[in-house]
Amino acid sequence: MIVLDSIHKSYVTGTNSLHVLKGIDLEIGAGEFVSVMGSSGSGKSTLLNILGILDDYDSGSYVLNGKKIKGLNETKAAMLRNEMIGFVFQSFNLISFKNARENVALPLYYQKVSRRKRNVIAMEYLDRMGLKDWADHLPSELSGGQKQRVAIARALISNPKVILADEPTGALDTVTSFEVMDILKEVNDQGITVIIVTHEHDIASMTRKIIRLRDGIIAEVIVNGDLQLYRDRVLAE
Amino acid sequence: MFDIDRWNEIWHALTKNKVRSLLTAFGVFWGIFMLIIMSGASNGLKNGIVEGVAKFATNSAFIWTDRTSEPYKGFTRGRYWLFNSDDLVYLKANVPEMEFLTPKNFGQFGAANNVIRGRLSGSYNVKGDYPDYVKIDPYTIVYGRWINEMDIRDRRKVCVIGEKVYETLFEANEDPLGEYLKISGVYYQVVGVIRPETRVNINGRAEESVFLPFTTMQQTFNMGDQVHFLAFTAKKGVPVSVVEEKVKTILKKRHSISPTDTQALQSVNIEKQFQQISGLFLGIGILTWIVGIGTLMAGVIGVSNIMLVIVRERTKEIGVQRALGARPSTIISQIMLESVVLTTVAGYIGLSLGVGLLELVNKALEMQAKGGDEIFFRHPEVNLNIALASLAVLVIAGLFAGSIPAKRALSIKPIEALREE
Repeated sequence: MIVLDSIHKSYVTGTNSLHVLKGIDLEIGAGEFVSVMGSSGSGKSTLLNILGILDDYDSGSYVLNGKKIKGLNETKAAMLRNEMIGFVFQSFNLISFKNARENVALPLYYQKVSRRKRNVIAMEYLDRMGLKDWADHLPSELSGGQKQRVAIARALISNPKVILADEPTGALDTVTSFEVMDILKEVNDQGITVIIVTHEHDIASMTRKIIRLRDGIIAEVIVNGDLQLYRDRVLAE
Repeated sequence: MFDIDRWNEIWHALTKNKVRSLLTAFGVFWGIFMLIIMSGASNGLKNGIVEGVAKFATNSAFIWTDRTSEPYKGFTRGRYWLFNSDDLVYLKANVPEMEFLTPKNFGQFGAANNVIRGRLSGSYNVKGDYPDYVKIDPYTIVYGRWINEMDIRDRRKVCVIGEKVYETLFEANEDPLGEYLKISGVYYQVVGVIRPETRVNINGRAEESVFLPFTTMQQTFNMGDQVHFLAFTAKKGVPVSVVEEKVKTILKKRHSISPTDTQALQSVNIEKQFQQISGLFLGIGILTWIVGIGTLMAGVIGVSNIMLVIVRERTKEIGVQRALGARPSTIISQIMLESVVLTTVAGYIGLSLGVGLLELVNKALEMQAKGGDEIFFRHPEVNLNIALASLAVLVIAGLFAGSIPAKRALSIKPIEALREE
């Protein structure tokens, strides 16, 4: 599904160049449930941006679903994002003047699906998130957990192959965090690849693969038995 | 374009800060309002003057005599002189470019109660005229007729009177034809009443004048063969200034006036006056557009500025939209549309109010004009072309105002927008 081969990325600000990603090799198969961890400055946001086609990389190669992603123009990138990737953000990023249903329907709007049709589909997804009754509420009238569920519904509505979640529980309390993680797990069970960027160990321990970044390279990948040990350690804390 | 979500977004963007949107819109409103008012006002001034002289023969000129300013052929300077009847015959025979030539004589100017009918009297200008004069300065016949050739030939003691004269000396709706007026001691029969069609007045207002046949006036006022004033027109395709020069040269020669004497022969060339007035109005028109467009530009730049601020405020929203798959074209058209909506709505209100105000002024002026007042400001209207042109200018201005903010919105990378916490 996702194949990264020695990805390099630097940010140039004025005369300074900051080498953020220093050769990332990574393979994520279809239907995986992965978390990316790392301290701030480790390059995890940058990696997420590249994975989400929000940013280009300098060298290496990134193949998403068999398609090489490099130097796309903004229109093509927008179309690919729309079709392939669902985003979930820490601060939800719902459009404040649109109600829950309209927010969920937004990706379909960009696909030029008719208003009636996209509203029907949006209602289905809201229903799946248990938010049918909140369809006409504005984001300001929803709780944090509800907002994030609306955001997940929005991410799912265009049937993406990959869900990219940037600290999806960062703004939520523990109980709600776990609820959101359960939803993401369900999503993953339907065969959609889910990639979560987080710095919370307990959140990461709920995924099936942990990728640790340090200083722009992958420091370790925790899977299988190691992951179980990791989970036990987290639970013990 | 007709998409509820899009209009919803526009509405939201513009009403989020109502005061700001209103103030911005006011800039555009004021620009177009001023443009309309100014171009209406300059049209009004133009119409006021042009309508006053529209029916006047533009290819005409007038000349009259004054004291000489140079000694010539034994005559001293400061000599009084006049044209004579022979000049008319000579000019007609020797200036083929001339179409009409009509002489005009004047009675004593400002004579007290010189026109009497029974117990009524008034002070009016008495003028001796030729039938052809109405081909230069047309009059509407209210009663009867204008002076004709027979009057001239037979030196008939008849007169045509201006409308004001009729109103003063006759009862309302009284038939003036066949009645007699005593003018400077001599009785004349009234054969017509006229109303001037232009506001060009020579030696007093035409509606307050009494017109006698030219030859009758020469005789009864003891003028001999004197001629006071000449009016003439040029034939088609000949500039009247050519005729004017020819006539002047001939007259100077016939009356022993120095060719270089500029004072002895006074003249007005209507063609030149018209050109000057046209030039003036062209100037006013250009000025109107420069000032109007300038004001409009200021408004549009205001819109552009505010759109930049709006884009800045919505950086995150735009970032999210792009992450969700909004194409650049969607974002651009959204911002352009917002800008165009703001400018066109504001501009349209300015246009409507401007036109409405001009209409009101027009109504007021028409009422005043019906009251018989002299007004030099008429029909301050803007034509459809200007209204359409300014609407087009508005849409283009809106697009222009939106283009810079739209470009800015596109240059925001989604990541940067989303990172902005």
